[in-house]
Amino acid sequence: MTAKKVTGSQALILSLLEEGVDTIFGYPGGAIMPVYDALYDFKKEVNHILTRHEQGAVHGAQGYARVSGKPGICFATSGPGATNIMTGIADAMIDSTPLVCITGQVASPLLGTDAFQESDIVGMSIPVTKWNYQITCAEEIPEVLAQAFYIATSGRPGPVLIDLTKDAQFGELDFEYEKCTKIRSYVPETHVDPQQIKAAAELIDTAKKPLILFGHGIIIGHAEEELKTFIDKTGIPAAWTLLGLSALPTEHELNVGMLGMHGNYGPNVLTNEADLIIAVGMRFDDRVTGKVSEYATNAKVIHIEIDPAEINKIIKADVPIIGDSKKALKMLIANVAENKHDDWVAEFKKCDATENEKVWQKDLYPTKPGLTMGEVIRITSEKTNHEAILVTDVGQHQMIAQRYFKFKNSRSNVTSGGLGTMGFGLPASMGAQFGAPDKTVVAVIGDGGFQMTIQELGTIAQNNLPVKIIVLNNNFLGMVRQWQEMFFEKRYSFTELQNPNFIMIGKGFGIDGHTVSERENLEDSIQKMIDHDGPYLLEVTIEQEDNVFPMVPTGASVSDIILEA
Amino acid sequence: MKKEFIISIYTENHIGLLTRVTVIFTRRKINIDSLTVSESAIPGVFKFTIVIKETQAQTMKVVGQIEKQIDVLKAFFHTNEEMIFQEIALYKVPIDPIYESDTIERIVRKAGARILEITKEFVIIEKTGHKEDTQALFEELNQFKVMQFIRSGRVALTRDPIERLSEFLKERDSFLDSLD
Repeated sequence: MTAKKVTGSQALILSLLEEGVDTIFGYPGGAIMPVYDALYDFKKEVNHILTRHEQGAVHGAQGYARVSGKPGICFATSGPGATNIMTGIADAMIDSTPLVCITGQVASPLLGTDAFQESDIVGMSIPVTKWNYQITCAEEIPEVLAQAFYIATSGRPGPVLIDLTKDAQFGELDFEYEKCTKIRSYVPETHVDPQQIKAAAELIDTAKKPLILFGHGIIIGHAEEELKTFIDKTGIPAAWTLLGLSALPTEHELNVGMLGMHGNYGPNVLTNEADLIIAVGMRFDDRVTGKVSEYATNAKVIHIEIDPAEINKIIKADVPIIGDSKKALKMLIANVAENKHDDWVAEFKKCDATENEKVWQKDLYPTKPGLTMGEVIRITSEKTNHEAILVTDVGQHQMIAQRYFKFKNSRSNVTSGGLGTMGFGLPASMGAQFGAPDKTVVAVIGDGGFQMTIQELGTIAQNNLPVKIIVLNNNFLGMVRQWQEMFFEKRYSFTELQNPNFIMIGKGFGIDGHTVSERENLEDSIQKMIDHDGPYLLEVTIEQEDNVFPMVPTGASVSDIILEA
Repeated sequence: MKKEFIISIYTENHIGLLTRVTVIFTRRKINIDSLTVSESAIPGVFKFTIVIKETQAQTMKVVGQIEKQIDVLKAFFHTNEEMIFQEIALYKVPIDPIYESDTIERIVRKAGARILEITKEFVIIEKTGHKEDTQALFEELNQFKVMQFIRSGRVALTRDPIERLSEFLKERDSFLDSLD
């Protein structure tokens, strides 16, 4: 390949093209203007989405990455542009989402002089990036970009930030691109140890009450088929974490539901009955484990995980298996015996019956006046044939949506798990729609979180993205209110909201919508939203003081899960 | 139970890596008692030596988080017993007491310290050893009012006969080659 002379900005765009990038979420500004100028010549090759706020850009890139499996790309200018993407970067870090963020920076002679819109974004983003780097010279661009993509997408994925000074953007170089395939100091995955697989298989074959816990690692590792085969062969019930949702069809007979604070009754309670836990691609988050000293008390633990730092971090693994989930599961499948655990599975069914009686019926088929979040989710899932991509914000509506939405296909659940970022939902839904243009994307958002990034309605409208937005409006910061009710003697300290007319706001942006508050109109309203050509905003007025159950209170054991107030 | 651990970290020479390493401690509210950074025997590879007081379990987790950093080649942790370690201290003491008696000279001899420089106003004494030794010398010299005192971070070598990093780099290179 012969090198051609280009500017740093052109080299950046050419590098992105070499990596197969076709979508960028961003917001221009002074220190990144040369890059935007270069972008002007690549309008055919790259779709740049101009958001209304940098936070919208980074969450958009996250939504895109989560549904497409490709890294999300985000551009922002220096100073406030860069600091505005920090929340999304932190979110991507804790939820292992591959992002390549490019920030403009003041020219290198001005670094450290408190120049206009200068911020030390490399310093600031260190704790929340998998890797970051400041480029001050144009020649570095191709190599650093290649490394950025390799690091962001390999092993346990994560966000990478590249800070590009203005002089590097203007500088010239001979452009040659070579993809990065290895870095001496970085081994993204190790070979799975066959001895450990043997040891695990032995435990699996002799266990009486084994339980599989699977997480985001299944989706990231493209191990959905292997997981299903493993479950089918061994007959072991399997529970998903919040980010593991959709890695297995909801209706799979051995899918026993969600773990954690607002997860299902069975998998929580029976974690302490199990004699073997097989954790795959999950990290024993505190929302999953509850009180650690009373977690999985009767179980040996097999932990399959690509990130060695997660082994023994929270829960000691009797058999740690470090490596890629797909490869490890393949090896396990070959080593385990066919089995069935009918009596053990029946215990989960019994728990389901209890949960159905105490919770599901009330949530899904309420008879009392006042709409519940659960019935909205149930009908939406049914009317989209359980094939929509669900994007949620954070709070009560999120937990209800994750509990009751049903999934047929992997990569159909986009939510902010580890960081719990309110304001994530709306921009992530637009990113998800760009990542999966042929799918129905449903964004379920609370009235609180909606107002944190409501400006992205503008981006949705400008791109005529057919996102179906459901705002579950209870005029409260519902989850905080629920905690105040349960643990702070109903002292509703600053959780009540006086909301604007959301439908008028939507219309102001050019997005059609309506409000529904009666049960008899709910089905038709949801149908109308789904059938609508283009974006649609459905506001559902719901019961003000509805609570999410079951619940494992903070600090309690998973066995002490509460089914009702 | 908390005790002293020496963490040795081998890294590529990249700007910002010091922060990347230290925030791992800060985030967990672990105080760094001593920190030394310099190029190792292998050109281009830098070595951090960090001393903390922690439980073994927490130290292991911290080392795991350090190794996870992209530009970190390898991190080890050791107890004091497993390493030979030294710190260096410099003492600036007024010159007059030296003219008046041989006490300082005797203290220096006994401590195995040495005199680096003598001027009309002061003498600079150097001592290497463990913190207790350099501290003890400070206490003794301070009867003459030590004008300035500085102690370095710790440097340490393992008692292991093999250089673990060279072994590690060999293994890493063959692993990376196996990926091709």
